Formats: sequence, C-alpha cells, structure tokens
Amino acid sequence: MKDKKIPLLEMKNISKDFSGNQVLNDINFSIQKGEILGLVGENGAGKSTLMKILFGMDEIRTTGGYGGQVIIKGEVVNFNSSLDALEKGIGMVHQEFSLLPDFSAAENIVLNREPLKPSIMSELFGDRMNSLNRDEIDAIAKTSIEKLGISLDTSMKVSSMPVGHKQFTEIARELSKDAKGETNPIELLVLDEPTAVLSEKEADSLLIAMRKLAKQGIAMIFISHRLNEIIDVCDTMMVMRDGLIIKHIPIEGVNVQDIARWMVGRNVSNSSKPREFDYTDKPTILDIQKLWVDMPGETVKNVSLEVKKGEILGIGGMAGQGKLGIPNGVMGLYQSGGKVVFDGKELLLNNPRSLLDAGLAFVSEDRRGVGLLLDESLEWNVAFTAMQVQDKYLKKYLKGFMTWRDSKAIEEVTQKYIDQLEIKCTSSKQKAKELSGGNQQKICLAKAFALEPKLLFVSEPTRGIDIGAKALVLESLRKYNRELGTTIVIISSELEELRAICDRIAIVTDGKIEGILEASKPSEDFGLLMIGQKVEEAI
Amino acid sequence: MENITIIDRIRDFIKHFGWPRIIIGLFLLTLFVMAPFVGVNINTSLSDTLNRFGMNCVMVLAMVPMIHSGCGLNFGLPLGIIAGLLGGTLAIEFNFIGPTSFLMAMIFATPFAVIFGWGYGKLLNKVKGGEMMIATYVGFSSVAFMCMMWLLLPYSNPTMVWGYTGRGLRTTISTEGYYLHVLNDFLAIRIGEHFVFPTGMFLLFALLAFVIWAFLHSKKGTAMTAVGSNPVFARACGIDIDKTRILSVILSTWLGAIGILVYQQSFGFIQLYMGPFFMALPAVSAILIGGASVNKASITNVIVGTFLFQGILTMTPSVMNSVIQTDMSEVIRIVVSNGMILYALTRKTEATR
Repeated sequence: MKDKKIPLLEMKNISKDFSGNQVLNDINFSIQKGEILGLVGENGAGKSTLMKILFGMDEIRTTGGYGGQVIIKGEVVNFNSSLDALEKGIGMVHQEFSLLPDFSAAENIVLNREPLKPSIMSELFGDRMNSLNRDEIDAIAKTSIEKLGISLDTSMKVSSMPVGHKQFTEIARELSKDAKGETNPIELLVLDEPTAVLSEKEADSLLIAMRKLAKQGIAMIFISHRLNEIIDVCDTMMVMRDGLIIKHIPIEGVNVQDIARWMVGRNVSNSSKPREFDYTDKPTILDIQKLWVDMPGETVKNVSLEVKKGEILGIGGMAGQGKLGIPNGVMGLYQSGGKVVFDGKELLLNNPRSLLDAGLAFVSEDRRGVGLLLDESLEWNVAFTAMQVQDKYLKKYLKGFMTWRDSKAIEEVTQKYIDQLEIKCTSSKQKAKELSGGNQQKICLAKAFALEPKLLFVSEPTRGIDIGAKALVLESLRKYNRELGTTIVIISSELEELRAICDRIAIVTDGKIEGILEASKPSEDFGLLMIGQKVEEAI
Repeated sequence: MENITIIDRIRDFIKHFGWPRIIIGLFLLTLFVMAPFVGVNINTSLSDTLNRFGMNCVMVLAMVPMIHSGCGLNFGLPLGIIAGLLGGTLAIEFNFIGPTSFLMAMIFATPFAVIFGWGYGKLLNKVKGGEMMIATYVGFSSVAFMCMMWLLLPYSNPTMVWGYTGRGLRTTISTEGYYLHVLNDFLAIRIGEHFVFPTGMFLLFALLAFVIWAFLHSKKGTAMTAVGSNPVFARACGIDIDKTRILSVILSTWLGAIGILVYQQSFGFIQLYMGPFFMALPAVSAILIGGASVNKASITNVIVGTFLFQGILTMTPSVMNSVIQTDMSEVIRIVVSNGMILYALTRKTEATR
C-alpha cells in the first residue's frame, strides 16, 4: 500500500571499498515513514559502514567516498557531516553514551542548543553574555521525554542515573533537536545497539518507547545483536552478510533461528548436545583454597574450588561479583593470596612465570590490554608466550648461549592456527590490531593453545564477538578439550553459553562460590544462586 | 601492466620509507649537486659527511635498546657519555698509547656504564610513563655532578691536568698520541687528495649494529620488544618487566660510552665538563628523522637517520657559506641543527600508541 509513496530514505546501489577490500556491494533498500527496520548481521558484515555512509562520516570521504546514491524524500543528498544529516532530520543514538556526567538530563538534552534569554550583562556586552532560559530548557526536555512515553526526572544528574535512563536521555536529545525550528524535525533515527548495555527490563521499556515514536511517524533503523528484540519491535528486517543484503523482509513469521541462519550463512544448532563426561571419578587437578584476589571491581574474598582433571568447568555470576578475579588472581596478574595446589604441587602465587611453567595458561578477558601485542604481527602474538616460557620456536647456538627466533617455525605454527581456527587475515604477518574482535579472540586462543597447557583458563571468550565467531570459539575449546584432554575453566557472564559447553558451573556471588551445579540443571537454579539463594541440592 | 607495477612499487617504497625522509634526502642531494657550482669541493664534503656519520652513529644506536623496551628515547645519553669519558681519561691516566689505549678505554668504560645504567634503569622503573622527562634530567644532573668530579678526581697525567695547579682535568684533552684516529686510519681507503673512507670506524659500527640486531632476534631481545610493545602482555607471559628494562638501559648506556669514544678518536679531543650536556638531542633527532617512533626503532632507522642528519649538518653551512660569501658557518650550523632537532621532536608523537 505504501508502494506509491516516496520513501523517506532510499539507498541505491551503495557500494564501498577500503583500498580494494569490498565491504559493501550494491546495497539497495528503502524505509518508509514510521517504519522500524531491524538491521542485523555479524561484526564486519558492513552495518556500521552503511550507517557511516548515511551520515557522511569523514572516514568514508577520506577513504575514497562511496558508490551509489542516498535519496531522502526523493532528493539525492550527500552529507558532509552528521550535522548536515541532522538538518535533514536524521539522528543517531550511539552505543556509547556521549553525555556530560555532571550535567542534568535536561541540560544534556539541549546541550549546545540551549535557549537563551537576554540579561543586563548581554545588553552591555553582547549576545555571548545571554543567560540560559532554564524554564524553556526544562520544557523542551519534558516534551521530548514525553514523546518517548517514559518518566524521567529532568533535573537528575547523568552520573547518578541508571544506565537505561542514560540511553533515554540520548534518545530524547536526538528527538529535541527540532525544538527550535532551526532544523527539520527528526524523521529517521538510527539506533546502534541501544540495548546492549541495558538490563532486560530497561530494554523492554526502550522497545515500548520505540513503538510510540514509530506511531508518531518517526522511522527507525534498529541495529541489535539481540534477535528477539528485532522480532518484537520491528516492522521489517534486513540481514547483512559480507557486504550484501541477504534478506529484506517483513518481520511476520520470522523466528530467531531463521535470522541466525541468514546471518552466519550456515546452520547454527541451538541445542548442541550436552557433553557426556563423568568427572566424578577423575582426580583433582587444581585445588584452590581460601583464595583472595585484590582486583578492582572484581574482588575475590574467599574462594575454594576443586577442578577435576579433563572437565570443562564454568564460572558464572553477575558482573562485579568476583568471577573474573579468580583466573586473574591465580595467574598472578593481580595481588592474591591463599593456597593453590596444581597437579599435587603448591603453586607460587603472584608470579606469572611459575604458573605458566607449571602448565597453566590464561586467555584474558581484556584482549586488547593483556591478551595481545597490538602493534606486532600475528606470528609474534601466537608464538611469543610459548617461546618465552617453553623455549619453543628458537634455534640454539653455542650450547644454548645464543638463541635465535626461528621465523620459519613461528610462521608454520601461526599458519596452522589460522587454518584451524579460521582466522580471517591477509597473512600471518598482519598486525594484531588490524583484525576484528572475533579474530583477535581466536589469536588469543591460538596463543594459549601453542603453550599446550594442562589447564586453560578462558575468561569471557565470547564478549563482544558475533554469533558465528562465538560458535567457532566455543567449538574449538570443546575440540581442544576432547582431543587433548585439557582441563578448561571458562569464566563467562553468559549463562546459556556456559550451560551449552560446560560439565558443571560454579556461581560466584560476593567474592565467594555460592554453589556448583551440573550444567544440565534448569537455568532458574542458577538464577537463584546468582541472587544469593542457596539451592538445597547444590553439590 | 609493467608500468603499473613499477608505479606501485614506487608508491610502496614511498609509503615504506616515508615522505619526511624522502624530502630531506632530496634536499641533501640538492646540496651535493649545488656544491661544485658554489666552489665547495665535493670530495671533501663527501668525506666529511661519512666521517661525521661514523662519529655519531654509535651514539644514535644507543637509542635502540631503550626504545625497544618502552623506556622511550634515551635523553639520558650524557650518562653513558660520562662512562665513556671516565674510560677514556683512565686509559690516558695509565699511559696506554696507540690502539691499546682505545681498547683499554672501552674496557675501563664498561663497568662504569653497567653500574650507571643499572642505577638509571632502577630510577626509570620507578617513573614508568614519564621516562623521557626524567631521563633528560638524569643526563643534566649527572653532567653537573661530574663537573665537580673532574676537578676533584686524583688524575695526574700531565697531558690532562691543569698546568698551573697540577690537579683537576682540563676542559679539552687531546687524544693525540693516545687513540687519535685509531679507527679512522684502520684500513682507511684514500681516493684522490680529499677523500678518505674511515673503514675502521664503519667496521666497529657494523659490528655493534650486528650485535644489537642479533640480540633483538634472540629470546631475550624478543622479550624486550614485547615489554616495549605491551608491558601487561609481557607480564602475563611471565617476563620480568623491570629486569628487562634495566637490561635495555644498561645496553643503551654502554653504547653511549662506546659512542663517545668513537667520536673522540675521530674528533681528536675529549670534551669534559659541559661537553656531554647537549649530546643527547642530536642523537635523538637523528633516530627520529630516520623514521623511528618513541616505541619502535630499527637499525635501518639509525643508519638512515644519522646519514641524513649529519649530511645536512655538514653540507648546509659549507654550501650556504659559499653562496652568501661570508663566514656564517657556525651560525648556520646552529640554526640548522636546532631546526632539525625541532622538526624531529615534532615528529616524536607520530606512530605512538
């Protein structure tokens, strides 16, 4: 029925390459007034590039512009900055907040567009001395918040807001941009993963607000990794993969499995078979007793934990409760104390070298900070730890007095893991910082695998990486455990992920182990442990 | 097709080599081309350039280990130079002559360099993040301290002490009769009247550069680079960051000591007191012009940078002097050298993390 109307936004034959690397290929789509378009795709599928083209970001122009046309209400446009886009009524809500923490919600909403009123000073010294019109600021803020249909105290400081309110403040700011009549009213809003940082309840109210805005005729492009939200809120959805639009269909009748399949281009089995592994009769390989770790934000107070040989143990729990402190403390990255016995020998804590020597390895949750040498080649990243700790990939001369990097061996091992883990890179000489998040994570795994550890700590292995890479990372961990019998301890915030891969899961609350359950137990039990309620049958 | 590949190759080369170096290189080439037309002897110029390159390159090489370990540019080079001065003066004090004196100077300088470097490294480990500022003042204050010591230390060789009191070292001491030109003349190649190639000096540099290059390919050297690239990563890999950094500082300090000895044997004089004060900046500038950044440097950076920096410094005054027909060489030299330093230091932030 809308076919006859001129679409609000149309992108025609859009293509873009970064120095020969085609990231967008013949993209065609349009969006109508009041439509919510869900945009999904793996990291690197081209979503952000597409949005950057829409907003005329510098990055696009400095790398040679783009091909095709952006048409708004029948008129070809070519924005030079996001301000130009704003003038045409296109706004963007970013994933990271760009708010001033010590300003109130209202002040943030009108920031840099504050209504002013003349004062004595401005009569004397000119317009720059105008004072703020507080009443109008408040009024503008209230109107735009009303549009969202939520309640938000306009005088509350951003720093004391819950994260959901910050998100609403951002959106309200975009909505208020027409308040003074200088620009066109906002007609199209791009929301880049707005729910990623929100709790479920906050996300729900955001979705309700979005529907309200749509009713007022505002179109939205909604980018999210949470596929259920897409199904809940969108009218149409578009799946991108490798710079192409794979599907662009109305949302009705689409389910999550379909979307996931389109995204990764292969079947994602949602119900991978639970592992068959009987850990009960296995010897204890790692025995942690009364461990404390002084890790800011993740303090461990008193953890005692036994890890059985060959099992995959999950450690879950809410953020900030101390689950991340356990591996970081055991591996000596943060000050810790207590007793850790590994393979019958007591380990020297606070000394990373002695722990690596004992046969432990750690894949850090802080990929860029701890996990990688960003400025060095993939070869260095993969081989370095094994070289330093185990003298691998070295040629020795003069009875070991002289050592020499064996670049051939290093290249070989790197290439092996690039193939094995399907790491996307131009060559093993590429710098680690040039890879995407998922591939960087795989490099971190390769680094740990190269050590051939007896026990591997993996911290947040899937944080910030897309569905396809997630599945690969988890599968490679499983495979590693299966083939070499390596004991693996996975620390993750995503309970479902732990349940899919682990034998049993320990839940950490308030710096202590609240309980350990078998992975096959229903999620409710784990949920209870997380909020600090003991389950009777905890083992 | 052939054309495209050549253009691509040129473009690759430019990208790899960097515009600043190409521009400075072209400028240097222009000076060489102009030289004969304004009456400057090209052979002399070339010989001078090579000589100055040889004199300075070891001190520029002294930047490399510290850059690799993340200690930044070695503004504390004067400390190493002081170790070299102590070695040189001791060799003369004990009356070693000829090539032996140079060898002994290097041997005497080594323990001082190790001890100074160790303390300097300890200090730098306490000020991670602010190394370069602290290093600058380590250099300055050690020079000031030694100003007192040169007077007080019980040197007695008449060629070095003040004539009228018989104690305290003179500000400049001739190396003649001791190690003057021992490297310059070793296997030197003379072509024509004005051109001399100082083979020995280049051989020593080649040896030292090879040692550093080889070291950076060893296990310890690899660890050093990783410490500079991401200290947290290195620590998680079980590397003792502080020890690695101290080792790099000791290496840099020792190279500084050897560097000044090489400089003196060619220059002919040992300059004490305020002599080492301004030695760090030209070396820092040379390696920056060579394309190094605060945390990445290679032997190629050293060679290219020293050649360009010293080349410009040699050629500009003589050519300009001849063009404007007055003796302004000293003024021009100061303007050019400080201009180059200023330029290089503005490049400093480039390519940092």
